[in-house]
Amino acid sequence: MLKIDNLHVRVAGKDILKGLSLHVKAGEMHALMGPNGAGKSTLGNVLAGREGYEITQGTVEYNGRNLLELAPEERAAEGVFLAFQYPVEIPGVNNTYFLRAALNAQRKHRGEPEVDSMQFLKLVRAKLAVLQLKEELLHRAVNEGFSGGEKKRNEIFQMAVLEPKLAILDETDSGLDIDALKMVADGVNAMRDPARAFLVITHYQRLLDYIVPDFVHVIADGRIVESGDRTLALKLEEHGYAWVAERKLVGAA
Amino acid sequence: MAGALLASLLSEPVPAGREHLAAALLRDGLPGARDEAWKYTNLRALEQRSYAVGDAQAATRAIDLDALLVPIESCARLVFVNGVFRHDLSNVQLVTGLQIGRSVDDGRGESAPTDGDLSGARSAAFSRLNAVLATDGPQVTVLDGATIAQPLLLIFVGVAADADLAWNVLARFDLGAGASLKVIEHHVAASPNAHLGNLVVNHALGAGAHLDLVQLQEAAPAATLIRRTTCRLEDTAVLSMHTVETGAQLMRHDLVVDLVGRGARFESRGVFALQGRQHADTHMVVTHDARDTACDIVWRGVADQRSRGVFHGAITVAPGADGSDAKLSNKNLLLSPNAEIDTQPVLEIYADEVKAAHGATVGQLDERALFYLRSRGMPLDLARRILVGAFCGAVLAEIRPTALRAHIDTLLAARLPQAETGE
Repeated sequence: MLKIDNLHVRVAGKDILKGLSLHVKAGEMHALMGPNGAGKSTLGNVLAGREGYEITQGTVEYNGRNLLELAPEERAAEGVFLAFQYPVEIPGVNNTYFLRAALNAQRKHRGEPEVDSMQFLKLVRAKLAVLQLKEELLHRAVNEGFSGGEKKRNEIFQMAVLEPKLAILDETDSGLDIDALKMVADGVNAMRDPARAFLVITHYQRLLDYIVPDFVHVIADGRIVESGDRTLALKLEEHGYAWVAERKLVGAA
Repeated sequence: MAGALLASLLSEPVPAGREHLAAALLRDGLPGARDEAWKYTNLRALEQRSYAVGDAQAATRAIDLDALLVPIESCARLVFVNGVFRHDLSNVQLVTGLQIGRSVDDGRGESAPTDGDLSGARSAAFSRLNAVLATDGPQVTVLDGATIAQPLLLIFVGVAADADLAWNVLARFDLGAGASLKVIEHHVAASPNAHLGNLVVNHALGAGAHLDLVQLQEAAPAATLIRRTTCRLEDTAVLSMHTVETGAQLMRHDLVVDLVGRGARFESRGVFALQGRQHADTHMVVTHDARDTACDIVWRGVADQRSRGVFHGAITVAPGADGSDAKLSNKNLLLSPNAEIDTQPVLEIYADEVKAAHGATVGQLDERALFYLRSRGMPLDLARRILVGAFCGAVLAEIRPTALRAHIDTLLAARLPQAETGE
C-alpha cells in the first residue's frame, strides 16, 4: 500500500529525513518510535502533504501512485488520514458541518453520491458510541475549547467517520490520561481491517500495550535504524533510545 | 471648486428654500484628500462623473420584487425604485401604534430638511446634497409604549435606466418612549446599474425605546452608494444593529450614534465582504454624552482581489459621561496580496470611571487551519470559503429571524472566494 524509499526531506534548510525507507501493506499495524527530533512528525506531515517540506531525494508510492504529487485533499480522498499531533481549532465551524463537508468532498472526488444530513447523522451517532464521545461534541466548533484529550479523541472520531485506508497517528497518545488512551486505542482497534493500514507514531511504548503493532520501527537521525516485532518496543522501553544508537555504532564499526 | 458631479446634479433649479445650500455646495465641492474623515476614500473619479437627477420613469419600471425580497413577514414594506417611492410595490398593514408618512413634502413650499450634518464642513457635502435634493422618503413614527412585532422593510431597488441616475432620499424613524421596532434596510439591484444613491436616515429613540436595525447592502456591483445613518438615544434606549456590506463599487457609510440619555446602549455587529475593485468605507462615530452609557461594537472585514475596505471606529466619552462602557473590536482578513484594509479605532475619553477596550487586526487566513481542512479532503477553495464564512459568521449569529440569517449567509457565500485568487 505504502512504499517509502530513501526519502530525504529538508525543512527550513535543515535535513530532517535522511534516507528513510518503510513499506506498509494493507492490514498491517506499524509503530514508528524514536526520540524527539528524529523526524517522526516530519514523516507524518510529508505523507499528508503539508507545505514547507522539501523532498530532496527518494520516492513515496501509495497504491501504485506517486503520493508526493497529490494535493493534500486528493491524498485524503484517496484514503490517507493524518491524526494531528496538535489538532487545529476552527472557530465558527461546527464539527458536524466540518465532517460532512469533508466526507462529501472525499466522496465527490471518488465519484460517489453525497451523504445527506439524515444519513450522516446516523453514521456519526454510531461512531460516537464506539468512542464514548458525547453527542454534544457534534454541535461545538471544531476543537474550539476542547481539552487536549478531547482534541485527540476528536481526531480518532474523524478517522472513524472518514474511514481511511492508511491512517497515520502522530503522537495521538501524548497528553492523554490512561482512560482516554484506552478509548483512543479502542477506537483504533475497532477499525483494524485487512484492507486498512496504520502507522502509529509515538514516543512511548505505553500506547502499544493497547494497540498491538505487527511491526515496530525505530527512527533516529532521519532514518529507520532498527525494525522488529512488538518486542522491540519493550526493549526500547527498558533500555531507552540511547541503546539503539549504541547498537548502531557497534554495527557500523 | 465643484467638479462635473455637483454641476450636473445642481444644474436644474433646486426646491425653494434650499438655494443657499446648493450655492455653498458648488462653492466648496466634495471632500478631498485633506479632509481627515475622507482620507481613505478618494472621490476624484466620482467628482468627474455626471448623473441625471431622479428617474422620471421610476414609477413604471417593471420590478420582480419577489426575486429580490428577503423572505420574511413584515408589518410594512416601503419600496423605493431608483429613489422613487412605489405605492404599487409597497405594502402597509394597519398596526396600532405605527404611523407612516413622508419625511419631506415634495420639497414644494418647504424649507430644506435639517437632518444629517449641515454644519457646513466640506466633509458633510453629501448630507447637504441630500438636504438640497431629497424630495421624498418615509417618516415612520412608533407611538409611546407601542411594540411592533413584525419588522418594517425599507427597500431600495436600483434598476438600469437610460442614463446613470442620482437619487436622494431622506428617511426618519421616531420611536416614542418605550416603543419597540425592527427595521430592515435593504439595498438591492434589480438589474446592473451605475447609479449614485445618497441616503440620509435619522433614528430618534425615546427613553426606553428599542430599535433592532438590520442594514443589508447588496447594491449593484457598479453602483455608488453614500449613506449617513444618525441615531440619537435617550435614557436606557437600546439600538441593536447589524450591518452587512457586500455590494456597490464605491460605498461610504457614515454611522453617527449619540448616546445622550443615561443608560443608553448601542450594539453594533457588522461585516463587509469585498472583491473585484470594490471600495467600502465605514465611518463610525459614537459619542457617550451621558452617564452609564454603553457601546459594544464588533466588526469583521474581508477583502479579496483588488478591493479596499476601510473601517473607522471613533468612540468619544464626553466629560461627565462617567460609568460608561465602550468596547470596539475590528478584525479583518486580506485574501489577496492586492487587497487593502485600513482600520482605525479611535478612543477619546474625557470622563472618569470609564471601561473601555478596543482592538483591531488585519491578517490572513490561518495556513494551519487551511491545511487541516484540506487534510480532511476539502479542496482549497472550499476550505477557504468555509474559513472565511466562519470568520464573517461570528458577527451574524444573533440575526433574527433565521430566514433573514439564512439569506445573509447565502449572500455572503456568493461573495466569498470561489477559487484561488492571487491575481
